[in-house]
Amino acid sequence: MWAYFSRRLFIAIPTLWVVITAAFFLMRLAPGGPFDQEAPLPPEIMANLKAAYGLDQPLWWQYVNYLGNLLQGDFGPSFKYKDFSVTELIGQGFPISIQNGAAALFLALLVGIPLGAMAALKQNSGADHAAMTVAMTGIVIPNFVVGPLLALIFGIWLRETIFALPVAGWNNGALPNRILPVICLALPFIAYIARITRASLIETLRTNYVRTARAKGLPFRIVVLRHAFKSAMIPVVTYLGPATVFLLTGSMVIETIFGLPGIGRYFVQGALNRDYTLVMGVTILAASLVILLNLFVDLAYAWLDPKVRYE
Amino acid sequence: MSDAPMSDGGSGANLRVPHSHALDKAADVEGRSLWQDAFRRLQANRAAMISAVVLIVMALVCFIGPVLVPWSYEEIDWNILEAAPPNIEAGHYFGTDSLGRDLLARILQGGQVSFLVGILATSVALVIGVTVGATAGFMGGSVDQILMRFVDVMYAVPLMFFIIILMVVFGRNFYLMFLAIGFVEWLTMSRIVRGQTLTLKNKEFIEAARASGGSTAGIIARHIIPNVLGVVIVYVTLTIPQVILLESFLSFLGLGVQPPMTSWGALIAEGAQEMEITPRTLILPAVCLSTTLFCFNFLGDGLRDALDPKDR
Repeated sequence: MWAYFSRRLFIAIPTLWVVITAAFFLMRLAPGGPFDQEAPLPPEIMANLKAAYGLDQPLWWQYVNYLGNLLQGDFGPSFKYKDFSVTELIGQGFPISIQNGAAALFLALLVGIPLGAMAALKQNSGADHAAMTVAMTGIVIPNFVVGPLLALIFGIWLRETIFALPVAGWNNGALPNRILPVICLALPFIAYIARITRASLIETLRTNYVRTARAKGLPFRIVVLRHAFKSAMIPVVTYLGPATVFLLTGSMVIETIFGLPGIGRYFVQGALNRDYTLVMGVTILAASLVILLNLFVDLAYAWLDPKVRYE
Repeated sequence: MSDAPMSDGGSGANLRVPHSHALDKAADVEGRSLWQDAFRRLQANRAAMISAVVLIVMALVCFIGPVLVPWSYEEIDWNILEAAPPNIEAGHYFGTDSLGRDLLARILQGGQVSFLVGILATSVALVIGVTVGATAGFMGGSVDQILMRFVDVMYAVPLMFFIIILMVVFGRNFYLMFLAIGFVEWLTMSRIVRGQTLTLKNKEFIEAARASGGSTAGIIARHIIPNVLGVVIVYVTLTIPQVILLESFLSFLGLGVQPPMTSWGALIAEGAQEMEITPRTLILPAVCLSTTLFCFNFLGDGLRDALDPKDR
């Protein structure tokens, strides 16, 4: 188990290195630089600015320097937000994104699993079809449509009623400001999780060990809860890996729509501003998150499925 | 002439089957190929058939419609210059956007972009995914190891971030966009094809092809790929909506196609800014996008039921 764990961590290092290297050199291929403005700066000032940020060094030396700083946990200064280091910006944005993401994931599991389980237990009934139609709708109506629509409904049409909700801003994490973004982020997850739960539970209910449990006289409810449910959850847990990626990209849209100062929005703006270090920082953070979550998923298998052994 | 009996279907030239009435009748029954079987199953699935028809109609309307609409997608109606309600006399059947451009013409043009990106990017993913998957599965050994470890590493990379970096770095280039999206979407395809190839490669007909001197590349192209086609078609149908969604997502963030060209995602982004005044500019493109995605998903599910060997 520990050997497996350490080997996975060992593979994670080259993966991260590939991510860092690719992102570093891609960003530098870009025409234009972080200090370009509409009125060009005098060459002397430009040269001084570049020297101050080390951009006058040869590219490979910048790269080595960046890696060296990274090993010490330093993501460098932001080129655009001049008073901040990237670590500070991420320190501000990341808690917001992770809180929204975790809340959305929790909501999705809370709603998606029962919805899918209900559909599976009443397979081919009206309730099943209704639940799956809702799930399909959640998948095909993207975040960036649901977001503005929710804002239209709760921010404008219901403005005068008690259902009115703030449609923009973080407001130091006040609960009403979180409701719409979290729901909007959670909807596609609810849909995917419900579909996965349904398919997997239907398959599990047809297995021999479930039939055996029924045959020895256990009530259906106990069989579902104690025997079928745990192994039916394996595909849902598998989905948590891709879900992290989904969550990260979703947060770019959600944070743009609802004006939240999270890392998703920093990333999009940083890319548009050629803020090399900020974009690199967010990309590295995202890659580490995905790798960590995948590792967690693999470990969860061992708990869910007794057939899985790690050597 | 040792191979003469084989060319005769293995029955032997001298063997004579006594002619009977029953056999004549049997010869009249036409054989059905696996594809015909699958097509029949698909036809029985009403949701999938309706989706296919809707998709064909939508694609035709998007590509032929602009000829019939009085305004082009970039033309500004100088008499309006604002988001106006539908006006049949002026030829704005869906009204105009905030710059006075015809909304219908723009939705049709956006649809062209969405369909094109969907099909082209999926083709890129298809070619790379099938080649890598079939090669890895068929060759096995260290080739398989290297290719699949590479796919594993790519899976752990948040590729969306790289697409955004690419779009920013190389400008909002239409061709680059579908190449970039294609390069992201091939991963799952390669895994699926590899899995199918692994089950196929020990079958007798592959052994026969090898025994008769077929080269590895030839066997992959002539025997492996046609046999994984069913699964691939299912996956392609389910990849197209993902790609369309991805393109809309990029356009929504302002990283997709460049104005005055537009796409459904870009129209939704524009509409979202004016929704309190004219909800129509948000809702109409959103309905088009969602309907298309809905239909592709239903068609994909239907094809899966019809073609996937696992569910037969």
